[in-house]
Amino acid sequence: MPPEVQDNNTQDTAGKTVSLPVIGHISRRTALKAFGATLGIAAFGTAAKPMIDKYASMSPEEMLQRHYKELDSDERAAVINRLQDETKAKHGVDVTIRDLPPLDGVKYGYAINLSVCNGNGECMRACHKENNHDRESNQSYIRVLEMKRGSMDMEKGSTTYTHPVPDDDKFYMPVQCQQCDNPPCVDVCPVEATWKEKDGIVVVDYNWCIGCRYCEAACPYHARRFNWKAPTVPDDQINPDQGYLSNRMRPAGVMEKCTFCLHRVRDGRLPACLEACPTGARVFGNLLDPDSEIRWVLANKRVFMLKEELGTQPSFFYYFDE
Amino acid sequence: MSQTPTTPTHPSAGHELEHSQHRHLVTYPKFLWKCFCAATDGGPLFYAWMIFLTAVTLVGLSAWSHQITNGMAVTGMSDHVSWGMYIANFTFIVGLAAGGVMMVIPAYLYHDRDMHDVVIVGELLAIASIIMCLLFVTVDLGHPERFWHLMPFIGRFNFPISMLTWDVIVLNGYLLINLHICGYLLYTRFQGRKPEARFYIPVVFISVFWAISIHTVTAFLYCGLGGRPLWNSALLAPRFLASAFVSGPAFIILTLYILRRLTDLPVSEKAIKTLLQILRVTICINLLMVISEMFTEFYSGTAHTASARYLYFGLHGKDALVPWIWTAVALNIIAAIVLLSPGLSKRANWIKAACVMVFIAVWIEKGMGLIIPGFIPSTLHEVVEYTPTITEWKITAGIWAFGLLAYSASLKTTVAIIRGRVSNQSPNASPQDVKL
Repeated sequence: MPPEVQDNNTQDTAGKTVSLPVIGHISRRTALKAFGATLGIAAFGTAAKPMIDKYASMSPEEMLQRHYKELDSDERAAVINRLQDETKAKHGVDVTIRDLPPLDGVKYGYAINLSVCNGNGECMRACHKENNHDRESNQSYIRVLEMKRGSMDMEKGSTTYTHPVPDDDKFYMPVQCQQCDNPPCVDVCPVEATWKEKDGIVVVDYNWCIGCRYCEAACPYHARRFNWKAPTVPDDQINPDQGYLSNRMRPAGVMEKCTFCLHRVRDGRLPACLEACPTGARVFGNLLDPDSEIRWVLANKRVFMLKEELGTQPSFFYYFDE
Repeated sequence: MSQTPTTPTHPSAGHELEHSQHRHLVTYPKFLWKCFCAATDGGPLFYAWMIFLTAVTLVGLSAWSHQITNGMAVTGMSDHVSWGMYIANFTFIVGLAAGGVMMVIPAYLYHDRDMHDVVIVGELLAIASIIMCLLFVTVDLGHPERFWHLMPFIGRFNFPISMLTWDVIVLNGYLLINLHICGYLLYTRFQGRKPEARFYIPVVFISVFWAISIHTVTAFLYCGLGGRPLWNSALLAPRFLASAFVSGPAFIILTLYILRRLTDLPVSEKAIKTLLQILRVTICINLLMVISEMFTEFYSGTAHTASARYLYFGLHGKDALVPWIWTAVALNIIAAIVLLSPGLSKRANWIKAACVMVFIAVWIEKGMGLIIPGFIPSTLHEVVEYTPTITEWKITAGIWAFGLLAYSASLKTTVAIIRGRVSNQSPNASPQDVKL
C-alpha cells in the first residue's frame, strides 16, 4: 500500500545530491522518473507486441464483419469468397463454401436404436473427417458412452473404452447435439452468435462468437466444442464440400457444434454419421413429414429423450427394440 | 468488458450555481494533473511497491499476448472444464467489489461519523475490483477484439435473456457509480468546497442496491444453468452475498491497518471495530450456508451430488481440489473462532491474521472451489480434471497486480487530497513540488 513520507524526509531525493548533472529545472528525480517511464513504456510495447502484430495483420473486413443475419446476399458472397481465398492461401486447397438456407416444411429429427448400436465408433470417425475437425485432439461432435446394462446412470458409463466391442454386459449410447427446441446454449449467448434455424438446427456464426464459452457451460449434453487453437487438418484431408454455418475451417477462439451436417442435409443428403454407421442404428428425417421413417419410429417405438427433466426439448431420440 | 472510462466523470461539473463552467474547464484538468502527480510521486517504499506491481502487470500482459497469439490452448482449460482460473477469480472479485458496501451502509444509512471518514477506502476498492473483474472476463475471451459485439446498439446485445448481458450492465454501472462518488467527493475537497448532498447522496443510495445486484446477477450466471447440479441451487446468490461480506470487510480492515501505519489518514479504532462486528456476523452466516449446502448434498446422497463429492472427497480417484477445499474450511473455522473469541479478537495481530485467513478461505471456496467442480464430472459424467498452466498464473497475477496498482495509486492520491496536500490552492503542479 502507498507509503506517505513526511515532507522533510524526501529532501535528499529532490535534487540536492548532485551525482547526476542538473540541467535547467530538471532535477535528478525528474530525470529518473522520465527514465523509469520510458523503460516502462518500452517494456509495455515489448510485452504487447505479439498481440498487436496479430491484430494488425487482420483485414478490416474481417475485424468489422457484421452478424450473419445482418449481411445481405452480396455481402455474404463477399465473405464467402474471402474465406475460400483464405483456405486456398493457407492450405492450397480449393474449397466450396455454400450458404444453404433451411428448407420449407422441414424440421429435422434424429433417433438412435440402442439395441442395435454396438459402440464401434464409426460415427465419431466420420464426423471427425466430414467436419474438418482438429486432427491432433481427434475431435468429434459425437461421444459414445459405454453404459452398464440395467442402468441409465451415465456416471457408471465410460467414453474411453478401448476393448473390442460389443461387450455383452454393456450397451452403447452415442451423444451429440440434441438440437433442443428450448436450447439453454442459445439463451445464454450474450451476443446472439448462436441461434436456432427454422429447420431446428442450432448454428454458430464463427465470425461473431466472442469465445466466452458460456454456451459450453450451459449445454447439458456436452455438445459444444471450443477451438482452443486453430484446428489443424492436413491439406489433403480437408473436406472441400463446406457450409458457412457448419464445417468450414474454423478460426481459433470460437465455439462450434454438431449441425446435423447442414451442408449435406439441406442438400437432400444424410448426415455423415448416419451414412457411416455399419449397424443401421441411426434414423434421420423430417419430423413434419408424416410418412418419414423418423415419424414411424416415434409412433411405433418406445422412445425416450436424454435428460428430459431439464426441459430442453431435444429433437434427438433414443429407443430400444424390445 | 467495454465502455470502461479511465477518468472520474462528473455530471455535476458545470452545473454549479456559484461557479461558471469556464472555471471547471481550468480546475478540472488541474485536478486530474495534480492527482496524476500525487499518484506517481512518493518515497522509496512507495516506488518499490509500485515498480513491483508494474513489473508483475507487465509479466501478465506478456502472458496474455502469448495466449492471444497461440490460442487458449496455452491454458489448462478443456471442453470438459471450460472455465478455469480467470472466471474463478472474476467471481471472487465481484464479491470484493460488493463488499465495500459494508462501509457505505454504516457511513450513510446509520450516519457513523468514524466510518464516514474512511468510507472512500471501500468505494475505491469497488473501483479497483471492477476493473479487475472486467479484465478477468476479457482475458477469458477467445476473441477479445470482438468486444464491440457485446455493446448495446453497436453489436447484438442479447438482453434480457442472457444473464451475461445483465452482468455487463451491472458491472459497468457499478464502476460508473463509484467513479462518480469518489471523483465528486475528491474534486470538491480539492476545490476546498463542501460536497453538495444532491450531487452524490442519491447515487450513494443507488450504490447500496447496486452492490447487491452485481453479486446477485453474477450468481445467476451460474445458478440459472439446469445442466450443472452443483450451481443450480437457490442458495447460490445468498451464499455469494454472505461470502462477499466476509472477504470485502476483511480486505478493508487490512487496508485500514496499512493506511494507519503508512499514512497520516485518520483511521479511528471505531471504524475498524464496526467492520469487525459486521465480519463476525457474516462469517457465521457464510459458514451456516456452507453447512446447509453440504448437508443437502451429502445426506440425500442423490446422483446430483457427484460434483460435491469430487470437491470434498474426490471422485474415481481424482481429487485435485480436496486439499484446497479443506484448507478453506479450516481457515474459515479458525478465523471464526478467533473473531468470536472475546480475548483474541481484541488483539490487532490476531485480527489481521483472521482477516488474511478468511480472505484466502473465500478465495478458494468461491473461486476455484465453486467454478471447477461445476464442470467435474462433465455433463456426460466424465471426470476430467483441471490444472491451471503457468500462463494462467501469470495472467492472473498480472491482473491482481494491476488492480492493486490502481488501488494503491488511488489511495495515495485520496489521502493527499483529504490531508490537504493536494488542492486547488497548492502550488502549481510539477513533480518537484509534490513532496509526499
